[in-house]
Amino acid sequence: MSAPLLAVEGLVTSFPGRGAERIAVVDRVDLAIAAGETLALVGESGCGKSMTALSIVSLVPKPGRVDAGSVRLAGRELRGLPVDAMRRVRGAEIAMIFQEPATSLNPVQRVGAQVAEAVRLHERVSRGEALRRALALFESVGIPDPDARLGAYPHQLSGGLKQRVMIAIALAARPKLLVADEPTTALDVTVQAQILELLRRLAGETGASVLLITHDLGVVNELADRVAVMYAGRVVEEGTREAVLGAPRHPYTQGLLRAMPARAAAGERLYEIPGAVPAADAWPPGCRFAERCAIAQDVCRAREPERTPLAGGGGVRCHAVAAAR
Amino acid sequence: MEGHVAGNLGAAALVLLLAFAAWRVRGSRRGRERFGEIVRRRPWASAVVALYLGVALLDSFAWIDAAAPGTVAAPRSLLDRVFPADFGERSYSAPLADAEFYGGEPLAHPGRHLLGTDILGRDVLHLALGGARVALLIGGVTSLLAIPLAIAFGVAAGYFGRRVDDVVFFVLSTLASIPSLLLLVALVMVLGRGTLQVCVALAITSWVGFCRVVRGETMKLRELDYVQAARALGVSDARILARHVVPNLGHLVVITFVLTFSQLVLSEAILSWLGVGIDGSWGQMIDQARDELARDPVIGWNLGAASAALFGLILAVNRLGDAVRDVLDPRTLRERAG
Amino acid sequence: MLAYLLRRLAWGAVTVVGVLLFLFWLFFLYADPQDVARRALGEKAPPEAVAQWLANHGYDKPAVWNPAAPLDTRLADHLRRMLTFDFGKSDADDTPIAARLADGIGPTLSVTVPLLLLGLPLAVSLALLVAFFRETYIDRAGVVLSVLAMSVSILIYILGGQFLLGKVLRWFPISGFDPDPGVVLRFLALPVLVGLVSHLGSDVRFYRAVFLEESNRDYVRTARAKGASDARVMARHVLPNALIPVLTNVSLAIPFLFTGSLLLESFFGIPGLGSITVEAIHANDFATLRVMVYLGALLFVAAQVLTDVAYTLVDPRVRLG
Ligand SMILES: Nc1ncnc2c1ncn2[C@@H]1O[C@H](COP(=O)(O)OP(=O)(O)OP(=O)(O)O)[C@@H](O)[C@H]1O
Ligand SMILES: [Mg+2]
Repeated sequence: MSAPLLAVEGLVTSFPGRGAERIAVVDRVDLAIAAGETLALVGESGCGKSMTALSIVSLVPKPGRVDAGSVRLAGRELRGLPVDAMRRVRGAEIAMIFQEPATSLNPVQRVGAQVAEAVRLHERVSRGEALRRALALFESVGIPDPDARLGAYPHQLSGGLKQRVMIAIALAARPKLLVADEPTTALDVTVQAQILELLRRLAGETGASVLLITHDLGVVNELADRVAVMYAGRVVEEGTREAVLGAPRHPYTQGLLRAMPARAAAGERLYEIPGAVPAADAWPPGCRFAERCAIAQDVCRAREPERTPLAGGGGVRCHAVAAAR
Repeated sequence: MEGHVAGNLGAAALVLLLAFAAWRVRGSRRGRERFGEIVRRRPWASAVVALYLGVALLDSFAWIDAAAPGTVAAPRSLLDRVFPADFGERSYSAPLADAEFYGGEPLAHPGRHLLGTDILGRDVLHLALGGARVALLIGGVTSLLAIPLAIAFGVAAGYFGRRVDDVVFFVLSTLASIPSLLLLVALVMVLGRGTLQVCVALAITSWVGFCRVVRGETMKLRELDYVQAARALGVSDARILARHVVPNLGHLVVITFVLTFSQLVLSEAILSWLGVGIDGSWGQMIDQARDELARDPVIGWNLGAASAALFGLILAVNRLGDAVRDVLDPRTLRERAG
Repeated sequence: MLAYLLRRLAWGAVTVVGVLLFLFWLFFLYADPQDVARRALGEKAPPEAVAQWLANHGYDKPAVWNPAAPLDTRLADHLRRMLTFDFGKSDADDTPIAARLADGIGPTLSVTVPLLLLGLPLAVSLALLVAFFRETYIDRAGVVLSVLAMSVSILIYILGGQFLLGKVLRWFPISGFDPDPGVVLRFLALPVLVGLVSHLGSDVRFYRAVFLEESNRDYVRTARAKGASDARVMARHVLPNALIPVLTNVSLAIPFLFTGSLLLESFFGIPGLGSITVEAIHANDFATLRVMVYLGALLFVAAQVLTDVAYTLVDPRVRLG
């Protein structure tokens, strides 16, 4: 693989726990996204996907903080960047779309102004010019009657339209990387499909890379080039879409796939991974999935598995796979 | 019944109530954890509140000794008995002074009034400690009056809705629209002066706040799935209220109580200043200090002792209140996790 | 939106009626007229004098029901008086209440208006500062200072300010009032200062909580993800949204603009409505007291309705929703 657009290595993000200790909710995470590529980050709720995304742009809410690791965008280290330089990266080079369109827009500002603000934060253009750009963006994200909608307030728009506005904001400064944190989770099924289609089209048109966070493997299947699977703060498996979805190696990934409704034959009872993700302050010392894993051995509970490289550039953290080598 | 006997009974009831609360808290794991968490977060404030409570309780148990010939026997509390029976002087004396402040006559107890004496020669330390009982009385009696009524009306309004809610809401918004100090003053004026009257007036004003909280929370609880399910299954309203609604109001009532307490004590101080407060309160001591600051040389120890005692309690309760709210209110927890 | 405003107005009217009925119950049904008369005239007043006084002040009429003349009752008098602002005479010294109020409103406003105009920006900017530095020692110090400040009784602020700034440092006159524009500021400085300081703790704490709550909202994250600086986020996104709770808090202070601060006025010798109320308390003047309570509530309700109108200007969800 050529030098990636975004390279995340050894990223650790923690929150204060009881007393003085800190709990790493994102633990030594490595990710790489090539230019123009879409990487899907999947995993159950609470496994640290959003915190990974926010860590990349230094927006981890206090009292959380990024403790270690490196985040390089087109070869440039972002960690340790002065506040103002980081601010210029946000929006202009890495833009974000969030899960809740209903609350992610400023309720007392017209949506046109919110898009125009995103333009003007990174380019010296007049207010009128920014609004014209907003209008063009509205057209490109498929907002019907865009002229009138510029003057609307968020509460006057449907969820799908609000998410389109969010996408317009994200694209306003022509970013190289778009981070979409569960962009469709809060939407109706039919709207979900439209928004995904829109994301795919826009990514293709602008050539932007996409970090797509989701826990919906169906979405992964449609959009992703590569996939990283997260469990309890760690990336447990990553590789091309075909490899991860077609021939998953980690028991957790296999469980996720078996739990997909579309895969269950009619009448068959839907598979469920037993147990639940342990809370961040109760992560076991060995393999974090060991407690829920059907094939766990003693070694799994004792020692964390190393990354085992797989053919095709992927990798997996599992003692069973390592042993089979 | 004589005043001090009622006082003893009330204090005994309070001790029983505290013991019961302690027993309940110790009995449940969550209770122990939360209590421990509050104390861990605010060790100083907890200690200070416990100290005030201890002093107040000491001052709450009183009895009469046989009178010396030619005098009238008065009830003396445990706290009073810490000080000599005839600890008074004729008038002002400075802290630890040997002689009266004005005039220089020798004192009966030279060098023993740690914080001096007031205009009537009473020991200021004794008076300041005695104020703790009045503060507790204000908070305790008022809450005892306001909270049960607030729960009754708030739950009824929130749970049954419709007409009941309309009436309660009307009363609430009527009382809430009167600026609280004016309402308080009007009530005390009409009800008359005296401890119970002041507490009733404070209870009416604080009832509004309690009732609002209870009504709002009940409305939320009523919509919960399991409560809806219980209703659909035909479980009686009384049973639902007793099993699912009232027990779940506890933490909010505790939070509101702690947050209201300092407001009540500060309000009483203002009433004392306006001349309609409760005897023996810190507010009354501060009220006296108006003249003392105008004297020459100035008398500061009376005001200083009362303000410090009042400030210490209010600060401790305010600090504790923040911790109680953070620990008991799951909403703040949810916000953090979300 | 018109319907919304009409509904709020109707609510206000109903509440005012509620207050009037409550006052009637408190002052005319619960309070015994004989007792009121004796408090005004003294315990030893002869029965004829009491009867004369009762007749004079209208306390001798039937309370609610008068078959002979349905409108000649205490309730009808009470409602008519309050609704027409023809408040009658004081119970204490027979002076017309309305005239005294007219005299008092000027001094009161001269204290309360500066208090509000200076206090709001002061508290809001301090709170913005503290909220801006959240999770740092500046924030923690700000919180602790606010709690310390709000734990001090206003009585201590008054006594302390007067003693320190008036008596020891002699910066300001200890008390008094003179409406002459040349000197009035000298007299107002100390009460306004004390009033400002005494409210600062709880106001800063409240506004800080408002700003923090707003800063945690999703749209703030969006703004930061766009690349807006912290200062811009505060000024352009947090502040406009926080205006709504701020406005609510300010509206709660509006009744006191007119009824005045009982403590500040009486202690600093400012002959405003607050002082009139305190005198009424000392003189057992129920008639004046109930007028003050009524006016306080009336202003509160008016402020609420005005706030609702203001909401519609600030919040498009209400205006267009
Ligand atoms: N403010 C906070 N304080 C403490 N812990 C937090 C805070 N915010 C998040 N966490 C913890 O960080 C972990 C990861 O959270 P994150 O939001 O990244 O999960 P996620 O994978 O995005 O889940 P979801 O699918 O629900 O969005 C969780 O275990 C959560 O409890
Ligand atoms: Mg998330």
